[in-house]
Amino acid sequence: MKNFAQLIKVLDSSNKTNVKVDALTMYFKNASPEDKVWTIAILSHRRPPRPVNTTLLRNWANELANIPLWLFEESYHIVGDLAETIALIIPTTKEHSDKSLTEYLQEIIALKKKTDPEKKEYLQQNWLALNYYERFVFTKLITGSFRIGVSQKLMTRALSKAEDVDEDALAYKLMGNWDPNTITFQELILDEQNSDYLSKPYPFYLAYPIEGEVENLGNPEDWSIEHKWDGIRSQTIIREGEIYVWSRGEELVTDKYPEFKSFVGIIPDGTVIDAEILAFPEGEIGTFNDLQTRIGRKTISASLLEKVPVILKAYDILEWEGKDIRNLPYAERRLLLEQLYNSIKDKTTSFQLSERVLFHSWEDVTNERMRAREMKSEGLMIKRNDSTYQVGRKKGDWWKWKIEPLVIDAVLTYAMRGHGRRSNLFTDYTFALWQTNDKGEKELVTFAKAYSGLTDAEFRKVDDFIKKNTLERFGPVRSVTPQLVFEIGFEGIALSKRHKSGVATRFPRILRWRHDKKIDEANSIEDLKSMIS
Amino acid sequence: MKIPLLAFNDNGIYCQQADVYLDPWRPVKNAIITHGHSDHARWGHQNYITHHTNIPIIRHRLGEINVTGKDWNETFVINNVKFSFHPAGHIIGSAQIRVEYKGEVWVFTGDYKVEDDGISVPYEVVKCHTFITECTFGLPAFNWTPQAEVITEINNWWAENKAEGKTSILFGYSLGKAQRLLKYLDTDLGTIYTHGAIENMTNVVRPLIDLPPTKLVTYETKKEDLLGNIVLAPPSAHGSTWIRKMTPFVTGSASGWMAFRGARRRRAIDKGFVLSDHCDWYSLLDSIKATGAEKVICTHGYTDIFSKYLRELGYDARTEKTQYEGETAEMEKEIETEKEIRE
Repeated sequence: MKNFAQLIKVLDSSNKTNVKVDALTMYFKNASPEDKVWTIAILSHRRPPRPVNTTLLRNWANELANIPLWLFEESYHIVGDLAETIALIIPTTKEHSDKSLTEYLQEIIALKKKTDPEKKEYLQQNWLALNYYERFVFTKLITGSFRIGVSQKLMTRALSKAEDVDEDALAYKLMGNWDPNTITFQELILDEQNSDYLSKPYPFYLAYPIEGEVENLGNPEDWSIEHKWDGIRSQTIIREGEIYVWSRGEELVTDKYPEFKSFVGIIPDGTVIDAEILAFPEGEIGTFNDLQTRIGRKTISASLLEKVPVILKAYDILEWEGKDIRNLPYAERRLLLEQLYNSIKDKTTSFQLSERVLFHSWEDVTNERMRAREMKSEGLMIKRNDSTYQVGRKKGDWWKWKIEPLVIDAVLTYAMRGHGRRSNLFTDYTFALWQTNDKGEKELVTFAKAYSGLTDAEFRKVDDFIKKNTLERFGPVRSVTPQLVFEIGFEGIALSKRHKSGVATRFPRILRWRHDKKIDEANSIEDLKSMIS
Repeated sequence: MKIPLLAFNDNGIYCQQADVYLDPWRPVKNAIITHGHSDHARWGHQNYITHHTNIPIIRHRLGEINVTGKDWNETFVINNVKFSFHPAGHIIGSAQIRVEYKGEVWVFTGDYKVEDDGISVPYEVVKCHTFITECTFGLPAFNWTPQAEVITEINNWWAENKAEGKTSILFGYSLGKAQRLLKYLDTDLGTIYTHGAIENMTNVVRPLIDLPPTKLVTYETKKEDLLGNIVLAPPSAHGSTWIRKMTPFVTGSASGWMAFRGARRRRAIDKGFVLSDHCDWYSLLDSIKATGAEKVICTHGYTDIFSKYLRELGYDARTEKTQYEGETAEMEKEIETEKEIRE
């Protein structure tokens, strides 16, 4: 545990990629095989299920700190991280434990089945037996994922260095369903093929935004164009009569989309499809807002299935007849995909093709991009015809060319402290637009939240304004004097009953601070609604 | 209604009976000053009264001013109000101000810490009826590690960086923290270089404290000279071209805020050392108790939360708005000062 805590401390305190990779590599070279498996699991968000709910966790920590609960809550709002708060408020000791990371995790797994008094005793004992940083790491293992600026890619790179295994091959090995509690390091990393091959997805190939003018990409004949659909990027695997659907976040979502079960028997075994999951209400592509009614639901009611069905909009084919075909050129893979689509389109309506757009010049492409909103896409994907299907985000062969955001000027009305590196600063904002109420008076109505888009210096200025212009406090939230106007950009817009403004926006973010505008000059809800096509 | 001995108005903390202000933030006629930080010793007053240690410091910041120096515990009377300075332990020269009139005693802490840093005269408990306290770190999340341990951590860090052939850059406020760090840096490890703002301020206080030698970083300083050595710089120098020229380097910061992971990451600093010149949670509570005060007024920091907790403990506690901002202010204010110095 000591070494793991030390590793986390280094990862958490450096902003330099090489320092992180070096620290991880050193760690992997020295750690036991069991600890290595757990470290990989934790850094790829495969932590054991939470054994204790956070309410109990804070009550028990609070008891040791001997402070009232409200004071704990206030501290938590300011610190911005539950595990960190717990580690900070518990009286510090000089102790440290010699138990390994694996031992701790096994105890944490076993803890889930224990009674509350047993859980309490275990936690309080261990909190007091660890020094500040180990206590933080220990609590983090229980509460949630480590957001310490280590991407899976970075971890994979370090592991590849330490074990001398090819990085792309490793990335593939680490995908999918594996249980750190049962798998050995040998099976996970060193063996040729591991046991859960059946459900295993390929690493996703991701595009960078296009840089500069589209014409600079050269001869249009070398490229293909598709729309960039606004749903959930996914990989659908059909092997040995089973179907597995993975989201880009490496979450197995097969059960959430029962529509796709019917593909078994229609799509031949040994096929893997890269596609977008899209809402398809009333036989048309829906908004992301529609899709949201399906995300996060464990059980899908029959009425919801009927109201908001989903489809797969297929981009690419990665495996065919049981063979990994990622190294075939894109154009060839597309031909296979199109053949597959043509052979099954009469048997299912849930499988659709993301059509390639016909074009002759970059001007045609530019015009097609202007149609994106009408097509309900986010913009275009530009893919080189001879490109292989690569691993992770790579430049050169695939580019995304999104449409310009919609913009509106809105008034800052509420603020909340940020999390992680922004805790202690008010960086999460709520914005409002004008609306005329029944009495004919103009009032500000909340329409969106946003927490990105300003520089650190600007955030500090806004934070200072908020602290000096707080009207009321509601726990972590403060209402502020309406005075600052910001230009808010967003990708899409739809009517919504869940929102007070009657409108839901997609990916709202701050584009700039309009120092030049007074609040009277901000836009209205009517202006916003007029943007709905 | 009886006029309170000390009242908070737009200019500062006002004693009407004596017609003086304590650490006023707007120009006034008579100002009694706790210490030399720029949010407490401000420009533009006609007469300054402070502990004599602070005179060269304040003059260095504000130029020629009309100032009277007093000793520790020396009582001076203005229109029947007795005033005296008592050590606050915050930085060199920092004082609490005791105010007594007709048997009623108030104490204003300015900024203070309880731990003896070996530089400032250690904090002294002053019994009073009303205690006006800062609470910059008035949250149970702040619990300081003893100075000696933090210093060891800092010297170890320097040694590690030296072994890697890198320059260590350590940030701390030019008045107070910089000298505290300087005093305990291990000179066997190498040379201690300074930024101009720190060099100047350190020279001001050298006659008062025994400090190791320093070398000013100038245009002639080559980055090869700096390798393996340490540079003390004000926080505002972080990210400046002045620093970028020192590559390869590692940055560290010594501040109470470094207790929060977020604070360190936001400032993009490689290493944080939790070292503060303010009280932590328990020392605030203990000091308040030791004064025997029934009434407590919280001036800056987490005032609302802290005073609410004090009320639960049975104190008659409230918050007053001031323009003191504790460690944040010291950091932000320096940005302007440093710019002037550099240009």
